Amino acid sequence: MTSFDAIVIGAGHNGLAAATRLAKGGRRVLVLEAANEPGGATRGREFSPGFRSAGLAHLVNRLDAEVAKDIGLDLKGHETLLPTTVLDGSGKAITLNGAYGESIDGVSAEEQAAFAAMRKKLIFQAGILKRFLRRPPPQIGAVSLGDLSTLAGAGLSLIRKGRSEGRDFLRMLLMNVADVTDEYLTDDRLKGLLAFDATLGIHLGPRSPTSLLGLYYRLTGDVAGRTGGQFVPSGGMASIAPAFRSAAEKAGVTIRCATPVARILADRGRASGVVLGDGTEITAPVVVSAVHPQTTFLRLVDPAESGTGFVRSVKNVRSHGNVAKLDLALDRIPDFTGLPAEARNGRIVLVRSKEQVETAFNPAKYGEFSTDPVMEITLPSLSDPSLAPSGACTLSALVQYAPYRLKAGWEHGKPAFLKIVLEVLERNAPGIGKSILAANLMTPVDIEAEYNLPGGHWHHGELQADQLLVNRPTGAASGYKTPIEGLYLASAGAHPGGGISGLPGWNAARHILSGATA
Amino acid sequence: MNAMTKSAADLRRAARDHIRVPRLETPFHERLMAISEVNDWYNWAGYKAPHSLTDGELEYFAIRSTAALFDISPMVKYRIAGPDAERYLNRLTLRDVRKLGVNRVHYTAWCDDHGHVLDDGTLFRLGEQEFRVCCQERHLPWLLDSAFGFTVDIREETEEIAGLALQGPTSYAVLRDAGFAGVERLKPFDIATFPHEGGEVTISRTGFTGDLGYELFVPRARALSLWDRLWAAGELHAIRAIGYGALNQTRIEAGFIVANADFMTAEAALRADRVRMPDEIGLDWLVDPDKPNFNGRRAILDARRNQTLKHILVGLEIEGNISAEHAIVYHRQKHEAGLVTAATWSPTAKRNIAIASLERPYGSKFTEDLWVEIYAMRELKYQKMMKRAKIVPRPFVKLPRRTATPPGLK
Repeated sequence: MTSFDAIVIGAGHNGLAAATRLAKGGRRVLVLEAANEPGGATRGREFSPGFRSAGLAHLVNRLDAEVAKDIGLDLKGHETLLPTTVLDGSGKAITLNGAYGESIDGVSAEEQAAFAAMRKKLIFQAGILKRFLRRPPPQIGAVSLGDLSTLAGAGLSLIRKGRSEGRDFLRMLLMNVADVTDEYLTDDRLKGLLAFDATLGIHLGPRSPTSLLGLYYRLTGDVAGRTGGQFVPSGGMASIAPAFRSAAEKAGVTIRCATPVARILADRGRASGVVLGDGTEITAPVVVSAVHPQTTFLRLVDPAESGTGFVRSVKNVRSHGNVAKLDLALDRIPDFTGLPAEARNGRIVLVRSKEQVETAFNPAKYGEFSTDPVMEITLPSLSDPSLAPSGACTLSALVQYAPYRLKAGWEHGKPAFLKIVLEVLERNAPGIGKSILAANLMTPVDIEAEYNLPGGHWHHGELQADQLLVNRPTGAASGYKTPIEGLYLASAGAHPGGGISGLPGWNAARHILSGATA
Repeated sequence: MNAMTKSAADLRRAARDHIRVPRLETPFHERLMAISEVNDWYNWAGYKAPHSLTDGELEYFAIRSTAALFDISPMVKYRIAGPDAERYLNRLTLRDVRKLGVNRVHYTAWCDDHGHVLDDGTLFRLGEQEFRVCCQERHLPWLLDSAFGFTVDIREETEEIAGLALQGPTSYAVLRDAGFAGVERLKPFDIATFPHEGGEVTISRTGFTGDLGYELFVPRARALSLWDRLWAAGELHAIRAIGYGALNQTRIEAGFIVANADFMTAEAALRADRVRMPDEIGLDWLVDPDKPNFNGRRAILDARRNQTLKHILVGLEIEGNISAEHAIVYHRQKHEAGLVTAATWSPTAKRNIAIASLERPYGSKFTEDLWVEIYAMRELKYQKMMKRAKIVPRPFVKLPRRTATPPGLK
């Protein structure tokens, strides 16, 4: 039997990015995946006969170019950025073109200028935070030279723009997105879009303190160097998982699917391998867990191998999803009122105002779903016709808020919530209801079951101030290394967080290859 | 206001009723109250406990010359039971619980993730899957959080279990005459149960005095009858009820440390430099690196390897006869080296002894030329004395009768 230098648990895109980097660094790497195919949350599935969904994500907006180049990822299509269209039901659309609204249609010239000013400000500020994404978070108590240069770089870029810019950054950093939009904008729909983008996938409303961080996070992503851009690869989202897979295999990584890991072997603070579901033991000096940190430390590692305080902090990681994923099989392409034809292949956001987002959040605080939810929609079969029979169409929507812990229970809640979601769609695309052949709504509970994601949270833990950087997922495991020697974290639960970026996995692999012990 | 809200308010008031009893009374309070001549009480973990009952000196000599009865009911007690109890305690505490036999006791300590001591105490193995932890501080949240992943039941039993320490050279004679047949077979750290009043009393050969002695645990309802049974049998063996003052003297002689007196427990310490690793308070011998992982293991071993241990606990013998409690320790009478955490004149050793926490390298590298500065209050004026101190091994008093089996009668 072949022996391996490293075992990566989970063939999500971060697991594969980590494995590929390790293999390119000369390590013999084995990736173990519980599902029948690699891809994790980008793993496609047939949700109705003849109709496929490409997985949880329906757009790419933060795939790191350096990671893609380094691991040899063969994905095309990033030269075409997709627009975002806001629909409020009035029939008058706003369309943001280019990278996060380099130009806007549908608002007054004054509003266009105001948006441009705000966009510039936010992209500048997000750029300061972006410096921290490609390296491990600084380790408190053991700050390295590299950490200092990153911090100094961030400081310098602030000062370069003058003292008032620095002051404004510190003023805005922990603000709520609603107040920031009020400072710049007048159009309710635009404010609504920013409120939605800042809170999508996060348990915050636009008026919650620190909610601006979610928007910053979005704007730390770029496509081909264009901040805030979004695209769908040629061949559709379904081509992402195979691209990561073939990059890994080309680098010499062995991938075994349908091979769930039951336990991580550890003794007296040192990991030594894994035990598979069938009892087989595979040993390796390095174990990289590219699954949720809570799965890692509460299920796979014997809690006796961790300290009580550490287990306590891992249990306290907030990771309850708020977003439901809807896949619709339609017998024709839907007709959204006011949607320009050329924006049909982009992102459609159904939101009227930031107040609507805030009101949608309110019930989520008390374990209830929104009765007037907000959502973003794509029509995946337009870019990947293989997803639907000829002439038919698929619709993918991320709908919030749909709290993981629904008071009434999702068995009862799901049909009621689906009905509400379909009503919202009907208002914006009259006639869509009649064209639905199949509807598949995944609540966070379903997402948890389908993708082994505790809490059904695709970021593997809330992206909020207290769970970022040196606290992601928790202090003692924030630098990819963990209290257990030889065990590393490489999922979205690690820095810098979720979305298809490849960075957590790639950073983790680089950390391992650097031989750093701190 | 309707009847419903009224009753809710009453319930709330009833739940607040604990404030009416600022000091709890132990199950033996009635007896202690009847004996107490000096009314010298102190607060032990929320309980009214005697500092002394009659005369501190007589109480001390009861421990060392006859038999002393000390109420240990306020000691915090947890019952830990279940299929994973051994594995759970092995992860929680420093020593290897797998080596602790049924009906045996061992002294141990437990740490947080950073290797800082949370408390020390005794672990009683009452059965294959049943344990009792006795300690100074309350830890229920920590114990419960530690239980994640273990099939184990954890219960605080401080209030329901009464405890008595019977210590001194005639303590075995008292138990024998009280009818606890077979108690002579108990070796140090053994446990056995004996019938009492239709129930059971658990007797262990343990104590905090460094003398021959036993600890008895009984459900609260049978506490007073146990006291009376011992008291009656003890009359001819000069039994005497004692308070903490005398016990404290003997525990210093025995070289034992007390949490939040000789070291700050990690959860009680407010200042970052006050916490201590086992090696810094003389508990390095408890740490078992070969047993399975336990809380603080990595931090402790790292500190040893990197030599980052900052403190050391030492026994001191000080010239003269004035107790040096809380005196500052100096090196060459000049450089501050640490603090005396406990001190007493030892009537048994006839030496002026102390336990001190020193900052390394004092106590580790620099062990000579140590001094303590004693401030003795004499009629509203401090008399300042610089006394020579010498590091000596603990215990200061070692008594063969503590371990002799079968035990002697006087």
